[in-house]
Amino acid sequence: MVLNSQSEILMPDIAIRCEGLSKQYRIGERETYKALRDVITDAAASPFRRLRSVIGSGNGSSIRNPKSEIRNSFWALDDVSFEVKRGEVVGIIGRNGAGKSTLLKILSRITKPTRGHAKIHGRVGSLLEVGTGFHPELSGRENIYLNGAILGMRKTEIERKFDEIVAFAEVEKFIDTPVKRYSSGMYVRLAFAVAAHMETEVLLVDEVLAVGDVQFQKRCLGKMGEIAARGRTVLFVSHSMPAIERLCQRAILLGDGKILNDGPASIVVDSYLNSGVNSPALREWLDLARIPGNEVVLVKRVRVCSQQGGTVESSDIREAIGIEMVYEVLEEGRVLVPNYHLVNEDGTCICVIQDLGEEWRQRPRPIGIYTSTAWLPGNFLAEGRVLVSAAISTYSPFIVHVFERDVVGFRVVESFDGHSARGDYGGHMPGVVRPIVPWTTFQNTNA
Amino acid sequence: MDNNPSSLPIFFIRPASSWSSIGLKELWEYRELLYFLVWRDVKVRYKQTALGAAWAIIQPLMMMVVFSLFFGYLAKVPSDGIPYPIFTFCALLPWQLFAHALTESSNSLVANERLITKVYFPRLVVPIAAVLGGMVDFAVAFAILVVMMLYYGIVPTWALVTLPTFILLAIMTALGVGLWLSALNVQYRDVRYTIGFLIQFWLFATPVAYSSSIVPERWRLLYGLNPMAGVVEGFRWALLGKSEPPGALLAVSVAVVILILVGGLYYFRRMEQEFADVV
Repeated sequence: MVLNSQSEILMPDIAIRCEGLSKQYRIGERETYKALRDVITDAAASPFRRLRSVIGSGNGSSIRNPKSEIRNSFWALDDVSFEVKRGEVVGIIGRNGAGKSTLLKILSRITKPTRGHAKIHGRVGSLLEVGTGFHPELSGRENIYLNGAILGMRKTEIERKFDEIVAFAEVEKFIDTPVKRYSSGMYVRLAFAVAAHMETEVLLVDEVLAVGDVQFQKRCLGKMGEIAARGRTVLFVSHSMPAIERLCQRAILLGDGKILNDGPASIVVDSYLNSGVNSPALREWLDLARIPGNEVVLVKRVRVCSQQGGTVESSDIREAIGIEMVYEVLEEGRVLVPNYHLVNEDGTCICVIQDLGEEWRQRPRPIGIYTSTAWLPGNFLAEGRVLVSAAISTYSPFIVHVFERDVVGFRVVESFDGHSARGDYGGHMPGVVRPIVPWTTFQNTNA
Repeated sequence: MDNNPSSLPIFFIRPASSWSSIGLKELWEYRELLYFLVWRDVKVRYKQTALGAAWAIIQPLMMMVVFSLFFGYLAKVPSDGIPYPIFTFCALLPWQLFAHALTESSNSLVANERLITKVYFPRLVVPIAAVLGGMVDFAVAFAILVVMMLYYGIVPTWALVTLPTFILLAIMTALGVGLWLSALNVQYRDVRYTIGFLIQFWLFATPVAYSSSIVPERWRLLYGLNPMAGVVEGFRWALLGKSEPPGALLAVSVAVVILILVGGLYYFRRMEQEFADVV
């Protein structure tokens, strides 16, 4: 055995080692590119800006706009350090925007960290999206080879695994059909099957199991378990806590780009679910750099409230629940439709609700701050936890100005006193809604 | 895996640096991906278009007809004693190869945005694959040239053996410029709109419809600054046995291409560290 550096003598079992990984994004950098025009106007304006700052510092007062300075950039990942042992399966959890995907992108070498460094022993395979590089015009067979090559597999390796991949995806009959004719289920199955047969020592997997039908998701989880059992190192990002608990011994909780918790999966998952970190009843953005929105509209606050007006974490099934959104319109002239997506604990979408109020339905919004509240009637939602994603859209042309996933959450509780849709039944009641509907019952024949 | 940990490759992840090597070794490791991307582009193009491979022939043939009619027949542009249609067709071949390769490679990074933001591989693979994709069209059009040479009874001289050099030079020119433009295109989408104009402009500056012999002797070296001038004259010399080889002009062209290509490689490598964040 030849050891080529001292660090390896000290820690031969380490597969991934990150030290102070940080990633700074300029706002809008991920979404937009520059037009040459902007650069030219920027360059033309900069002498004046410099002049202004000189004048500004001269009389001792800063005329820099603090808001624009703060809004300019944010840290998607902030000083993250951890080690992963060979053969360890680690779940990465946290809210949207916590830095999970950024971490995986850095470790898979797609993007560079702004600061800090990492060292990985072994070949890295990453699966950040199912079906990257699939071409709709090509057949299933051709796509297996293309996708395999994109994921870094050798042609001989793909050939060896070909039958296994096709069998796993259950697309034998359609293997020479262009994938544009596949059902979405077949497409996803084939794409996952290719990726699942990568043989790298380190595997980075982003939320890819949230696709396909329940049956296939189970098989994917099984396959992931199999991969983990073979002693490969896996970093696994998921919003599904049961999946994390089943597959991982260890979990890392990220929040605002930092590690909030790191330890045995069950403990970290518990702390995540029970803490306010996971979709509280009130979300308010004080840090301007993270405020959701675009140049048209910003969402300042979202909360769950009762009819009495107070913020509530949970609500009786018979009571109406309000979901309130405070937003600022920065650019006038657009018709804006606030809307919410309600999802239950299983990830099932309960419904999408939107503001159809006559006053603003067709009318372009002037600049200003608005509050819109959706009222969900009592005896409507089933008991259990509800996560709310908040969005503001324009329909012609279709633009989503804001979509903030799982921004607030609340719990619908049902008392067993016989006054709800449950009536006198005490067992498990399936379904995402639990309304009280009118019934009619006649006695057709007399005894 | 029973691999001995010390035998595993080690990857270091560090912040972006201002200069990095071209990474030819890693590029070589990804040669299969290069092959599959070229194969994908060619296959999809021929599958999606109704006329498929016929396009590779139609374009240069139509250009030849128009040039022969207006420049050859009506304007009587001298063609060094070679029948005008084959004189211009012989130049249109490397020109089409170049124009296609340049357009495709300049747009390649933006067109493959999904790949770049979701998977790691040496980014150089993308523009190189785009450039090589035009070789199939070239081969098809070349068959037409052979037919035309038979028709006109032109027998190539020993100079034919130098032809691959000129093909390589055309590809290197397209790749060199393509590397600059593709990296710029990620940052500034204006680049996309300039490409059509650039190619049109470049066509007139290249001796496709005319012969470089109409350029005065003392300006000939300067003319070589356009590498495609060297390529086109080289093609005519290698295939049609035009009297004099394009000596000094070609030397200037080669020097320019090497400069553009090496500069493009380093520029690309420097910019690629931000591609995934910007594209």
